[in-house]
Amino acid sequence: MQREGSAFSGLGVVMLKELSDHLTSWRMVIMEWLVVLTAVGVVYTGIQQIREVSAEDPFLLLRLFTRAREGLPSLVSVLSFLVPLVAIGIGFDSVNSERNQRTLSRILAQPIYRDALLFGKFLAGIVTLTIMLVALWLMVVGLGILMLGIPPGAEEVARATAMLGVTIIYAGIWLALALLFSIVFRSATTAALAALGLWLFLTMIWPMLSPYVAALFVSDTVSSSSDLLNQLDLIQSFARLSPGTLYGEIVGVLLDPTIRSTQQPLLASLGLVLLQPGSIPGAPLPLLQSLLIVWPQTVAMIAAVIMLFVIGYVTFQRQEVRA
Amino acid sequence: MSQDAVIEATGLTKSYGAATAVDHISFSVGRGEIFGLLGPNGAGKTTTILMLLGLTDISAGAVRVLGFNPAREPLSVKRRVGYLPDTVGFYDNLTAADNLRYTARLIGFRSAEREKRIAEALDRVGLADNADKRVSTFSRGMRQRLGLAEILMKGAQIAILDEPTSGLDPHATSELLGIIRGFKSEGVTVLLSSHLLERVQSVCDRVALFSVGRIALMGSVAELGREVLGGGYVVDIEADGAGLAERLAIIPGVSSVDKTGIGKLRLHADRDVRPEAAAEVVAMQGRLKYLGVQEPSLEAIYTRYFEGKPQEAMQEGTRHAA
Repeated sequence: MQREGSAFSGLGVVMLKELSDHLTSWRMVIMEWLVVLTAVGVVYTGIQQIREVSAEDPFLLLRLFTRAREGLPSLVSVLSFLVPLVAIGIGFDSVNSERNQRTLSRILAQPIYRDALLFGKFLAGIVTLTIMLVALWLMVVGLGILMLGIPPGAEEVARATAMLGVTIIYAGIWLALALLFSIVFRSATTAALAALGLWLFLTMIWPMLSPYVAALFVSDTVSSSSDLLNQLDLIQSFARLSPGTLYGEIVGVLLDPTIRSTQQPLLASLGLVLLQPGSIPGAPLPLLQSLLIVWPQTVAMIAAVIMLFVIGYVTFQRQEVRA
Repeated sequence: MSQDAVIEATGLTKSYGAATAVDHISFSVGRGEIFGLLGPNGAGKTTTILMLLGLTDISAGAVRVLGFNPAREPLSVKRRVGYLPDTVGFYDNLTAADNLRYTARLIGFRSAEREKRIAEALDRVGLADNADKRVSTFSRGMRQRLGLAEILMKGAQIAILDEPTSGLDPHATSELLGIIRGFKSEGVTVLLSSHLLERVQSVCDRVALFSVGRIALMGSVAELGREVLGGGYVVDIEADGAGLAERLAIIPGVSSVDKTGIGKLRLHADRDVRPEAAAEVVAMQGRLKYLGVQEPSLEAIYTRYFEGKPQEAMQEGTRHAA
């Protein structure tokens, strides 16, 4: 038997309330400034570098995102590090704070379903992150145009926009994870620590650990180039369990038109060059081709968001309301 | 039971695995009644309430609230029923009015109606002056009153109040009970739970005494008193005069006279013998200082009932152990 009414009635109300909570909270202000200041700092120093090195580059704007002064991380790596932190900061107490404030049973006694509460909280988090990332993106592009004095081409803007979209999905993964932990753990502190712990593991420890794990499944003998590629595939598959790695791969391809395969950086680190029949090494790919290369990774990220959210959703539906 | 029942539960059961929190309870609440679910903590009162609201699954049995099935039509039930949870919480960073505004939006009131209802409700519970103060500054009693304001604003036909008076000082309690009586005068049915028997005795029309997931006793306090304490009346009298006890003992209907102190007597009778007792004292030219009949108290009923059921008390012990 179907339940009456819409699961989404009250969704807009919950979302607007959560959004205004986010945007007015001190936590949010601190995190926004953290991201904006870091990013602008990185870009500003990066621009000095770009002006000295690559005046002839046709994709100058994209270099803003990927280049950095010696010894400093690029904007993309700063983002892949800070975005999870902000997303966890937004989401880690979304459901358990309702329990601890004892507002959950009172709100659920209003004519809405639990679905609306959870969807509303997730959407409000995504909108908050989007506002922040769009503002940051506009600032970087604007700063770049101002300081470099060269207007960007249509393809550059399209690539940079695609990168923004992927960053929002990446933020969604961590938000969904934080939301899940806020449902599972009654204490906000525990939820925050668990989410941060997993984040540390996936971004710091897993990239170091995954080659060794992959080595367990790899044969020692490499007899042909296809063997080598298969091995690299396996190593990459393990590394991709970390969303940060996945994000790095996608953004790397999107922002550098000369990259023809997500394996290229890995091969280059081994001193090898990927040669594809009928292609000129180092020539830029059209945007659509770059998008095709990273489409599977992008789908994987979207799938991760949906999966984490669904686990949280099912857990929340099965939980008892009373504390 | 009655034709006008707004809540009807039959064989309502909730079990968590092997443990049974609510065990086949049946009751019905009539329109405009104040019905009390009384009993110690952990007796199944809150679980029963959550089942009425469709906030937790029903393991067995059936319940209708205003003719709706809470498990299948929770939105219809929740639109018409107001709920004040045990130790109600509000968003501390919002003002009292903003907290109510959020609820009002969730219910779906339009903005003009919303503001009118909120102002009226806050006025009714005496929080109009605090409407724009943050809830973090509110005392416990104010929070409870804000919770009642939410129910008033909602225009609920049934108000379900879980432990509304727990943790309140006597003044706040009597204020709260006053508001609850106000609900009744407007035809709102009130279902309230409490473990503080004597506090709620004064407002309840009928009560159900819970014990380990079952309803042990149900009825009005007077009915229960007759049933459990035995139909007798207890009249206390304080007067001086020699031989008064003997004279009182021969009043028809008096079964015994006990001396409870100097010049104090307690009569057990099968009817209210106050007029005759007063007449006797006056006839002896004694001075009557006090004359009163004891109302049956829930506390006494509860204690007496479970004293009389030692085997049930033992069962309680084993269940808690399990």
